[in-house]
Parts: sequence; structure tokens; C-alpha cells
Amino acid sequence: MKYFPLLWATLWRKKTRTIFTLLSIVIAFLLFGMLQGVNAAFQQGVTNANVNRLIVTSRISLTEPLPIAQKPLIEAVPGVAGVAYASWFGAYYQEQKNFVFATPVDIDDYLKVVPELKIAPEQIEALKRTRTGLIVGLDLMQKYGWKVGDRIPLHSTIWVKKDDGNSDWAFDIVGTYNFTTDPSQNNGALFNYSYFDEARTFGAGTIGWWIVSVRDPNQSAQIAAAIDKLFENSPDETKSQSEKEFAQSFLKQFGDINFIVQAILGAVFFTLLFLTGNTMMQAVRERIPELAVLKTLGFSDAKVTVLVLAESLLLCLIAAALGLLVASLLFPMLKDYIGAVKLPTSVLVRGAGIAVLLALATGGLPAWRAKRLVIVDALAGR
Amino acid sequence: MGNIVSLRKVAKRYTRGKEVVEVLHSLDLDIAEGDFVALMGPSGSGKTTLLNLIGGLDRPTEGEVIVAGEHIDRLSGAALARWRARHVGFVFQFYNLMPMLSAQGNVELPLLLTRLSAAQRRANALTALTIVGLADRARHKPSELSGGQQQRVAIARALVADPTLLVCDEPTGDLDRRTADEILGLLQVLNREHGKTVIMVTHDPKAAEYARRQLHMDKGALVDGQVS
Repeated sequence: MKYFPLLWATLWRKKTRTIFTLLSIVIAFLLFGMLQGVNAAFQQGVTNANVNRLIVTSRISLTEPLPIAQKPLIEAVPGVAGVAYASWFGAYYQEQKNFVFATPVDIDDYLKVVPELKIAPEQIEALKRTRTGLIVGLDLMQKYGWKVGDRIPLHSTIWVKKDDGNSDWAFDIVGTYNFTTDPSQNNGALFNYSYFDEARTFGAGTIGWWIVSVRDPNQSAQIAAAIDKLFENSPDETKSQSEKEFAQSFLKQFGDINFIVQAILGAVFFTLLFLTGNTMMQAVRERIPELAVLKTLGFSDAKVTVLVLAESLLLCLIAAALGLLVASLLFPMLKDYIGAVKLPTSVLVRGAGIAVLLALATGGLPAWRAKRLVIVDALAGR
Repeated sequence: MGNIVSLRKVAKRYTRGKEVVEVLHSLDLDIAEGDFVALMGPSGSGKTTLLNLIGGLDRPTEGEVIVAGEHIDRLSGAALARWRARHVGFVFQFYNLMPMLSAQGNVELPLLLTRLSAAQRRANALTALTIVGLADRARHKPSELSGGQQQRVAIARALVADPTLLVCDEPTGDLDRRTADEILGLLQVLNREHGKTVIMVTHDPKAAEYARRQLHMDKGALVDGQVS
């Protein structure tokens, strides 16, 4: 700590240069925070996937419907604990940008296989009683200021109603749900499959995908194979995956986000390495007589080396802290798009680690030069 | 008093490309504790090289350098750095202050290598600045001080850790006559009243008159010596 005033004064020796270098590192870490945050938010769905569940879709495509008649056959597969189903409704509220992940389900089946979804019992009963009932995730309720008892329209981009040829579906909010293990899923809504199935113009008797809970997660692969075997060579062949695999393959539809993020950040930090390294080299080159004086006063080679490295570390850590702070302030604004509300701690920790590595990489060469500096040559300007 | 500096058959050679240049030739020198020695001679005579050897900034190619009872030519790099911090205060021609630190910050630098608390460091630095008559300029940056004041700060920095000897390389070379006299007077006070051994390289015969003894060098050897 006693060297801090010396380090601080040295860091600000050339204010303009330090500010510009600091800003370039701040922007790099802001980018790092935002991109890694988005990446982590996407991966969170994979991480939070339940090991006890399988997702069964059509072998052809996720958008291809499956007949509801498959349900008793899947239930009969040894090791299967419960079977629920859902469909893609493709809804938005008022404007297209207000996407709502609303899903038609049989609430009893659904709660059996997704027990982490918490709904008050009286609200479950209300949903069953109300054909147009809707149970809304806590965050979605808050976002639009909805209340239980409100009647709201959701526009489906796929499904048209038989009775009026309209794609605007009216719902009565009868309750809220809380997804306890993954709050990012509190942005959705659930409604009665019976209402959906009876009212739509096409696709009656079909569902989008099966959600299958298994008794023993170690048997997941065998159960998935057994389910797919059931429908082999039928018009509705299935593809069964663990929830994790499903989440991963779903993500891959957008491209390999992880790779894209790492590639962008790799390029940014590679450039930064040269920029900051060059600045540090220049700073040390200008201070050779001062470093020689420190050595003259009795600062050992090791101490001077550590001082130069510490200066680099101070610069990188301050900039990284500022960049990550701005990223964590901006990150909640992406809530509507990626569901996550807080920059994951793991991103902050990784950011700090990268700042240390950056400091060592950019300060290493100048520190080595400072270490090898010969006092009499440096004082003589040689 | 005993000798604080003893050099025995000291030679210093540099290699410049393919050429070997012998700067000091088998030099013997004794300087008594409490002495004030002026090293004089033409440029290239080896004065600064000799000063650097005594101050532990450089090592001899041959011979022994014993300063403050230590064979400093035998010390490792780290041990020599510790030894310098403990025994030698340096004053340079161009002051060599840290431009971003205040006068007080500059004077405190050698104390960072000690176990003193921050408050003790501040107090000692202020005492050193008081000795050189600059207590009221403690918060000023070097750029806000005149050349003479900067050299006073450099002297305060040199003596703040209470070294055994002060090594001064052309301390008045960049100053006008009046300021130079003030600085030399200060070095004289430090020698006479505070008992510091002072070894000073100078071109200036008037500056050398402040010393108790003048040593003349030419072509890497001591020519003669006199007591002023």
C-alpha cells in the first residue's frame, strides 16, 4: 500500500495518454461484459435444464406437429414418470416487438412434469374453470402492469380462430406463476390447451412437443431411444433429447453464439494487447532516467519490475472495473430480449481475471526492460 | 577517524564495440570518515566512473572497493541495492526528481524502502526539507521550483535516510554562481555540522574550494591531492 501514491502519480504522469488508454480498455471490457453476459444468459437455459426431463419433438422439425394420440404410448414406456405437452403459439401483445411466450398446456400434466413452476392452488382451479384463462409469469405481469381479472388480447402470428377468422385471442388473467429455479422464465404465460385446440382453424388434435419426466436420469438415453423406437417408420417419427440437449440445439438455430462471442472478444483483446503494450513500453521508455534514479536510491531490480507490473495492473483493473460497471448498469436493459436481469457474477470474475492477464501481458516486456536497466548507462542517457 | 572509503588497485574497463577502453588504472584511494572531497579533472578523466564505484552504482573490473566497511564489489545486485539505500545519498547535476511527485513525495522516496510508518516518513521528509530550507515548498512539484530549489530537494532526498556518505556528481553544474554557492554552503554545513562524508565531482575550481580536500584525476589515475 505504501507504494500506491507513487504508482498513482506515475500512472497519471501523462494524463491525456492515460485517459485515452483507459477509455480503450473500458470500452473493451464494456463489450466483454455485454457479450459475455448475453452469452451466459443464453447458456443459462442450458445450465438450468432439468436432468429428469426429455423433450420429444418431430424428427423432421420442431415446427412439425405431433398427434396427441401419442401420449398414452409414451406414458407406457418403462421409466416414464409423466408426460405433458405444449405448442408454439407465437404471440405478441399489442405490437409485434412485444413478444409473449404463451403456451397452451394441460395444466395438471404440465405441473406434474415441471414441478418447479409454482402456482397458487386456487389459481390452478380458476384456470381449469375458465376456458380463456391465462396464468402469467411474474415478470410479464409486472412488465405490462397486468392484474388478475384483466382481460387481455394476444395476437398469434400462426393461429387463426375458427369462429371469427381473427388472430387476436382474448384471455382472462386468472393467476400468476413463479419459476423458482430459473427466474428468466417468468416472462411467459400458460393457457388451456382445450381452448386453443377447439378454437383454432387447423391442426386440431396435434401438439408441438412432448415434455417427458423420467424416474431415473441415468436411464434418460435408453428411455429416449425407446420413445423414438415406438414411432419409427410411422408418419410421426420423433426425436427425443434431454432438456439440456434440446436447449443446446435450440440455441444453435441462432448460430454458435459462444464461438461468435469468443471470436469478437478475441479480436478486441488482441488489438488491445498491442495498444496497451505499446503505451506501457512508451511510458517506461520515457521514464528510464526516473527508473534509474529509483534503482540508485536502493530500489532493487525486482522491486522496480514489480512497480512497472503493478502500474500496468492498476491501469487494467481500474479500466476493467469501470467497463464491467457500465456493462452491469446497461445489462438489465436487455431483459426483454434475453430474459436475464443481472450480469452474472461469473462474467465479472472472468473479467477481473482477464484484466490481470492483460496487465501481465502488456506490462511484462516493459517490466523486463526496467529490470535490465543499467543505472550508469541510463543516467548517462546511453 | 578511520577510512570510510578504501579502493585498492581498482581498474575499470568498458568494451565499446571491438575496442576495450580502460577508464581507471589500478587506482588506490582512501577517504576518511567526515571528509569533504572534491574530485576534479578534465572530461573523460574517470571522475564520474570513480564516483559511481564508490556509490555502488557500478562494479570494478579489477580490485577492491570497500565502503562503510563493506566489500561492495562482492555484493549481489539485490544486496548492493540494499546497501545503497542504507549508506549512500546521491545528488545529481540535473536533480533527477520525479516530476509527478511533490517535493515532499520526492524526499519520501528513499524512506519507502524502510519500515517507517507513513506518518514517520512524512515527518522525516519534512525535517530534511527544513534542513535545506524548503519546508514551505513541501507541496510544490519540481516544475514549480527554481533550479536551486530543486537541487535542495534533491539534497533533502539524499540525506533523509541518514546515509553514511553523500555522493554528488556536479551538483552545481546547472546553477548560477550565487545559487551554486548556496548549495555548496549547504553541503559544507551537512559535512561540518552533521558529520556527513561528502564526495563531490566538479569541474568548477570555486566549487572545489568548499571541500576539505581536492583530488585531481587525469586519464584514469589520481594525479595529486591537497587540503584546502
